[in-house]
Amino acid sequence: MTALSDLKIPGPTVIALTKPFWDGAAAGRLMIQRCGACGQAVFYPRAICPHCWSDRLGWEQASGEARLKSFSDIHKPGHPGWAPVAPYVVGLVELAEGVTMLSLILADGPVPVGTPLRFAPTDIGGRVLPAFRPVDPG
Amino acid sequence: MTSAWDSAAIVGIGELPAERHTENVTTLEVLARVARLAAQDAGVEPGEIDGLLVGPQVGETPQHVPATVAEYLGLKPVMANVVDLGGASGAGMIWRAAAAIAAGMCETVLCVLGNHRNPEAPRSPNRNPIREFDVPFGASGANTSYALLMQAHMAAYGCRPEDYALIAAAARTNAQANPDAIFYGKPATVEDVLASPLVAAPLHLLECVMPVAGGDAVIVTTRAKAERAPHKPVRLLGAGEKITHRAVSQAPSLTSGPLKPAMEKALAEAGRTAGEMSLLSLYDCYTIMVATTIEDAGLAPPGGFGAFLRRTGLGPDGDHPLNTHGGQLGFGQPDLAGGMTHVVEAVRQLRGSAEGRQIKGATSALVTGNGATMSEANALVLGAEA
Repeated sequence: MTALSDLKIPGPTVIALTKPFWDGAAAGRLMIQRCGACGQAVFYPRAICPHCWSDRLGWEQASGEARLKSFSDIHKPGHPGWAPVAPYVVGLVELAEGVTMLSLILADGPVPVGTPLRFAPTDIGGRVLPAFRPVDPG
Repeated sequence: MTSAWDSAAIVGIGELPAERHTENVTTLEVLARVARLAAQDAGVEPGEIDGLLVGPQVGETPQHVPATVAEYLGLKPVMANVVDLGGASGAGMIWRAAAAIAAGMCETVLCVLGNHRNPEAPRSPNRNPIREFDVPFGASGANTSYALLMQAHMAAYGCRPEDYALIAAAARTNAQANPDAIFYGKPATVEDVLASPLVAAPLHLLECVMPVAGGDAVIVTTRAKAERAPHKPVRLLGAGEKITHRAVSQAPSLTSGPLKPAMEKALAEAGRTAGEMSLLSLYDCYTIMVATTIEDAGLAPPGGFGAFLRRTGLGPDGDHPLNTHGGQLGFGQPDLAGGMTHVVEAVRQLRGSAEGRQIKGATSALVTGNGATMSEANALVLGAEA
């Protein structure tokens, strides 16, 4: 069985503006932007706030608490590099801060919509990326 | 004498300082910064901007450019286009904006162009947010996005896999009356659909369009010329459009899409309801897209599309004929021409030239278009010339 860390897959195309997000994840911190003018959380990172167009966007560490908004078991990956671990679960992850990101869901069994999730930095293809796993009910 | 151009004026400008070189920036950031300057100059709030004209983005976002720019800016325009005219693009945007305003499609249009000059050529042609924030987690391509939409719809309303499979089976049934369809001679039942392999659960293979080669074209002319045309003209009775996002993670809703307001506008202009249409020519890249469209059109309550399909005749002789050419699920998807098959079939039906699948006395059709992740939507109401 191929480990996620051994996958030969495309990583993020990091730019200067988005680097704090990816660097944070690699260091175990989930970083998101918040607008200094209207106060809204922003994801993905942008040059201006998509709500009020202020450029006073700052970085903050998110709580890492989240909820599964939807998911799919990917049987036939769009990129062939993922085939060794298929089927795997991709999910829409709504952070407690209100923004939604797409991520890999690390779960052994079924995870219904609404499942509480927690940030789980994980080596995927040789890079530590912000994945999520179900919160242990115990 | 008044002109259509009288209804529009230029109220804001923005410009960034020229730079010989940039380092590690994207076109999207550049567009955002200059758009903000123009909005400030005009005294316009972002929420007032409901039209968007952008240039092509070679090497960054090969397709779905307006949706990608709109999502980045938090805009939800009701008119959006790429204007691809080289050095004439800027001026070309101005009259298109005025025309769109005069036509009542929108009120405030952002016309924006920009570029970076990063030193290195990118490894992949696609450098937009989907490439950066979705692909690294194993989410590439439309199958994943529509599977996420379908799972959310199932979770919200308790619909069953066999409900969605009805859509694929009905498309295959209608394709049996279209010798040009890729699945002509190849019907499929609900059981066949559910027995086909899972591609991205809950989507089965037969719930996804088959890519094919093909082409579609349409000619539009003036009413005066149309009177002398060899075929009965078909009229545009209403139109609506809306773009809400690009990546599925940014969708305002997973269970209702921008087609809802687009269809409401088109139908209101035509003074009709979806239920009164002779033909429903609904964009069907995946079964879930038709399910959501039926509910957004008001033909069924949320979660009620399955019951609607079971009590409704969907063939040419049915009470609500749906995609009589087989839809793209039955005809095949000739890339971007796939959306135009829904227009061409509506014209055939309204001319009365659909031969073996003609709807008797067809007078009106609702045509829908859908792009990306249920995020780029338009709707037309077409009518037969009285």
